[in-house]
Amino acid sequence: MQDGSSGLLNAFRQGSPEAFEAAFETLFRQHQRAVYGWILRIVRNPATAEDLTVETFWRIYRARGHFEPSRGFEGWARRIATRAALDWLRTARPETELPAETPAPAAADPAVSAEIRRKIAEAFQQLAPKLRIAATLAVIEDLPHKDVAEALGISVAAVKLRVFRALRLLRRDLQQQGITP
Amino acid sequence: MNTHDEDRLKRLLQQALPPVESDPEPGRDLWPAMLRRLDARPAAAPLRFWAWFDAALLAGLAAFAALVPASIPVFLYYL
Repeated sequence: MQDGSSGLLNAFRQGSPEAFEAAFETLFRQHQRAVYGWILRIVRNPATAEDLTVETFWRIYRARGHFEPSRGFEGWARRIATRAALDWLRTARPETELPAETPAPAAADPAVSAEIRRKIAEAFQQLAPKLRIAATLAVIEDLPHKDVAEALGISVAAVKLRVFRALRLLRRDLQQQGITP
Repeated sequence: MNTHDEDRLKRLLQQALPPVESDPEPGRDLWPAMLRRLDARPAAAPLRFWAWFDAALLAGLAAFAALVPASIPVFLYYL
């Protein structure tokens, strides 16, 4: 996500109604793709990610009074997007999040059957949303813990703890199903 | 869980839920949907109502805490 110019950000924060509307549209067009991509990494469903991108910018629109232009738009938008995605994870039923058939990656281990991959994916969906979102970003998407921490509004140590707890719970769940990771 | 187990579990997880392709883009322009959303709802929350509601809630809680002091630790626990 690239930040806009300071003039644009100031117009968004405290410009006249006309200047604000124009700045908002510009920021939307500049950042919608990055916000969409970030949300897609969390919810893993294109249609849901599109809806949540609009929801995120709706929250941005309403929260403009809290925006600090000196801190940039990117991180602020990402935190709001993460919160919107987390809210969705908390309300969505797990079975609605998984695609009908989990696709195998190109470099999939042939020893790991599609059935085991499906069970792992299902077990992962059962984790608490705040653990799942940390593990999704830090483990599956392999993003730096610092970026994940900033998006979630927590410390790097808290991210590591959540990832550790997520993996431990996932491992326990899989073992109960007779799968030894 | 040792480091080897953790790495193995991470690899399995990435195979079960592959990472999203880099820099994906939405399948459509989302600006029209954004405009519909902006038109559908008022832009600002009714602040006066919430200010009144918050004050009433706070006063109620304070009165309850004064009448039943034993409830204070319970409130603090759930904060």
